[in-house]
Amino acid sequence: MASGQQRKEREQAAIDAVLAEHKGAHRDSLIPILQHMQERVGYLSVAAVRSIAHHLHLPASKVYGVATFYNQFRFMPKGKYHVQVCRGTACHVKGSLATLDAVRQELGVEPGETSKNGAYSIEVVACMGACGLAPLVCVNGTFYADMTPKKVRALLEEQRERQAAHEAR
Amino acid sequence: MAIIYIDGKPLETQDGQNLLEACIELGLNVPYFCWHPALGSVGACRQCAVKQYRDENDKQGRLVMSCMTLVTDGMRISVDESESKDFRANIIDWMMTNHPHDCPVCDEGGECHLQDMTLMTGHNYRTYRFKKKTYVNQNLGPFINHEMNRCIQCYRCVRYYKDYAGGHDLDAFASHNHVYFGRHEDGVLESEFSGNLVEVCPTGVFTDKTLKEHFTRRWDYTTAPSVCVHCALGCNITPGERYGKLRRIRNRYNRSVNGYFLCDRGRYGYEFVNSDKRPKAPLKRQMIDGKPVHVPMTRDEALSEIGKFFSNGSKAIGIGSPRASLEANFALRALVGAENFYLGLSKADGKLLSAVLEIVLSGPARQPSLGELKDHDAVLILGEDMTNVAPIAALNIRQSVNNQPRANAKAMGIPEWNDLPVRRAMDTDRGPLFIASVAPTRLDDVATQTFHATPDGIASLGFAIANFIDPQSPAANVSGEVRALAQQIATALQSAQKPLVVSGPSCRSEAVIQAAANIAWALCRKAKPAGIYFAAPESNSVGLGLFGGANIENAAEALRKGGADTLVVLENDLYRRVPAALVDELLSLAKHVLVVDHQYSATAQKAEYVLPGATFAEGDGTLVNNIGRAQRMMQVFNPEGEITESWRWLRRLRAASGKGREDEWISFDSFLHALVAEIPAFSHILDAAPTAAFRVGGLKIPRQSHRYSGRTAMKANVAVSETGVTADPDSPMSFSMEGFSMMTPAALMSSFWTPGWNSAQSITRFQEEVNGPLEGGDPGVRLIEPQPDSAVPYFDAVETNESHDAAWTALPLYHIYGSEELSASSPAVAELSPKPYAMLHSDDARARGLLDGDAVTVKIDGQEISTSLKTNDTMARGVVCLPAGLEDAPYIEFPAAAEILRSVTS
Ligand code: SF4
Ligand code: SF4
Ligand code: FES
Ligand code: FES
Repeated sequence: MASGQQRKEREQAAIDAVLAEHKGAHRDSLIPILQHMQERVGYLSVAAVRSIAHHLHLPASKVYGVATFYNQFRFMPKGKYHVQVCRGTACHVKGSLATLDAVRQELGVEPGETSKNGAYSIEVVACMGACGLAPLVCVNGTFYADMTPKKVRALLEEQRERQAAHEAR
Repeated sequence: MAIIYIDGKPLETQDGQNLLEACIELGLNVPYFCWHPALGSVGACRQCAVKQYRDENDKQGRLVMSCMTLVTDGMRISVDESESKDFRANIIDWMMTNHPHDCPVCDEGGECHLQDMTLMTGHNYRTYRFKKKTYVNQNLGPFINHEMNRCIQCYRCVRYYKDYAGGHDLDAFASHNHVYFGRHEDGVLESEFSGNLVEVCPTGVFTDKTLKEHFTRRWDYTTAPSVCVHCALGCNITPGERYGKLRRIRNRYNRSVNGYFLCDRGRYGYEFVNSDKRPKAPLKRQMIDGKPVHVPMTRDEALSEIGKFFSNGSKAIGIGSPRASLEANFALRALVGAENFYLGLSKADGKLLSAVLEIVLSGPARQPSLGELKDHDAVLILGEDMTNVAPIAALNIRQSVNNQPRANAKAMGIPEWNDLPVRRAMDTDRGPLFIASVAPTRLDDVATQTFHATPDGIASLGFAIANFIDPQSPAANVSGEVRALAQQIATALQSAQKPLVVSGPSCRSEAVIQAAANIAWALCRKAKPAGIYFAAPESNSVGLGLFGGANIENAAEALRKGGADTLVVLENDLYRRVPAALVDELLSLAKHVLVVDHQYSATAQKAEYVLPGATFAEGDGTLVNNIGRAQRMMQVFNPEGEITESWRWLRRLRAASGKGREDEWISFDSFLHALVAEIPAFSHILDAAPTAAFRVGGLKIPRQSHRYSGRTAMKANVAVSETGVTADPDSPMSFSMEGFSMMTPAALMSSFWTPGWNSAQSITRFQEEVNGPLEGGDPGVRLIEPQPDSAVPYFDAVETNESHDAAWTALPLYHIYGSEELSASSPAVAELSPKPYAMLHSDDARARGLLDGDAVTVKIDGQEISTSLKTNDTMARGVVCLPAGLEDAPYIEFPAAAEILRSVTS
């Protein structure tokens, strides 16, 4: 496994590569750069915020201020299992708040955060365009329809068992 | 003037104001959060809603935000009407949905604007049923605590920090119901003015960290009006004491001086008062086991033993101090005789100070007050780093750059207080502000143009500017590029309404100071009301200068000549002022050395006798600020042990020696009269504060609030019955809760409180108008006025000597944290003091094969200083900058010829 130092270096290289594609950019490119960075690096690290600030000659607090304003940006790397819970209108009406609470309790993480061991992260999204399946939960790209707290608990339990079996091998 | 009807009553207000300001001036209780007198209105919090009616027939009315509504003649409003009252109560209910309601453990409790406004609007019960949002706090450095849960999202902090103070590292993050105010990551707040957040934030998000070490509630302090001693500006402060410890410093509003704000050195530099290293009893040096040790003695022993050295026929040399009060310096002068009194300055420092005084005493240009710096509309700074030398002056100059751009907003008819549209109209326009300095300064970000050069280069630019304005002013020999810049600056100054020239001694160059004078005088001769403003090094530098007298080197000569047995050093660490060898010589030449000081300085440590002097918080005295404004500091509390004001020690010695009568100058007032009789230049200092005989309704003014607690209990370890109150013969204030605290003259006002207004916001209740002077006039008197018709000749231009040989010129860089003696011994400030360094231009360094971070040795006057190299891309060439006055760093007489060598690592 890569050491923390190596990981940091790799991440910085990725950050620099993104910025290299935005040579000579001005402050009005801040949001596209943030998006690009998140797409490439997976999240916005402190190092990324600092590097972007340096690149655009902006105070780091300004960059962080803009980034935190929008829900689309995350500041922790995604977990191995990225759980998206839809809180759009249709899902809300069908009780997605209870589903979300179940996911939070089950995983012990808050939306936007990643569990300490890096296994799970939760993201709240607004409508995934499949309202007919509401309430909807999506784990690493796989959609799970008609979710109730009970069903989602079972789903996560199963997920965890599979993970444990994988590790035991 | 406009007449408005509030709840049916016709009332007079000023045109152009907003309704909130009008209501505040009329003494009405309209609650508000986001409005601040120095920051204007943004209409963000909706707390200040009132009802406005079309005319007298309109019974319905509509809700308006009073802070966003321009006062117009005949306007009808209601503050009491029930819909607006309900609206305001609702707003505060919502503001409090996430507020932790932790007043009992909150440092803001008891002086919290949120508490006041909650009571004022009558919101009693929480109606929001859901869980509160919580946040993670940040470590913001040694000065400020952060407790984000208490935030009510009024945005005042970022508006103050970014828009007003020019900071970059505090911002609002996230959105919706989880907006966060802080830094992008943990770390020390970069602004030198961050402490004001504590007073700007209406809740307990930002509180004093130094206070937390020994917290006290607002009503339990003993306070008195005082003056900051950490630089020459003389900002007005309110120190607060309890249990014999100085707990905190708060701002004391004075429109002509600091207004609403203090710098962090002034706010957090006070812990030196509480240091246990201070002498608390008279000390005498004795040899114990072959080592010199200071042992305490009683007051009487000290006076009879030391008094003898001053008896008739014996001669003593006295060295005064720019950080001691006028009274202390005068007492020393009276003890040793005017002919034996020396200013506690080096020859070089004395020369720079006299150069400044000569200019302001004889010239036509007026020195604006610190507060008036904000009003100038074109500024040139010649050779000063104002942020590090005269911090609040820098903060005010930062406001001045908005004046010309604001004209855009005015032209569009936007009222001055309407902050957002005004800023939008200003766009990115700033200035004009020109800064000529040796190295970059913290104001460069708002400068129209900066110019980094050697002191001679800066002076030449100055002379060239003056010559452009008035050809009578001697020309300087400058390059084409510098000429073009000089012309640009001259034009900007001439086309302004109120140009200002700022300079000071930090370049260590008389020529720079004189060039500044030429520019200001040239503008005056062209009928421009130009201001001139000089920074000065210490809290009473100008006061000391007005005494007149010779310097430390002259004192050494006098001692060498013989005839004087005794040397008295007043509140002065000579090792910070002249080379160590000279101090050692001075101390060895005198048979007896007496130091009177509140610090156990390097000089005091070598003295035969030390008398424990009082700090600013423990005594009365007068300080004269950089522009010659005399201000009185009132004693805050009674110090422990034998500590007392230096002037009192020296008076006692004078009596003990038989030179003065025992009953002479017993009271402060009689002493002040003696001072004024002897030195007429100071005659107006009597007007700086009322005499000790002053009373309101026959009563003294209390230093403690009417809610002061535990006055019997806190001394129960001494006596179970209440101990008596110490009398104060020196001022009209009492050391207790008794007295009359209303209608106090501004000079005696230390705590601003009226019913319902417990926070710093209460200040508006004591101003004649919003942002105006305190009722009855701002305290302090100007001792120096300009001579409008003066025909002083211009100074001659310097010949710049651009060819520098192998030697570097070493120049000082001042640091807000570290360069000032007293604050540097306070732990929080010391924590931010820089590590020693030597700074060169990057190209200069590269030419010698040196890189940033290299270990180097700087040789000056035979001293070798090992330090680490810093490089800078824009500073002057041929110059090496060293931090000034750091603790434990050797004294260097700047400017000095220096050699730089790479340190040999073994
Ligand atoms: S931290 Fe204080 S000043 Fe800043 S928004 Fe919150 S309550 Fe207002
Ligand atoms: S600017 Fe000077 S006088 Fe004012 S608070 Fe700071 S150190 Fe004190
Ligand atoms: S609302 Fe959940 S998928 Fe549309
Ligand atoms: S004070 Fe008027 S809206 Fe905040």
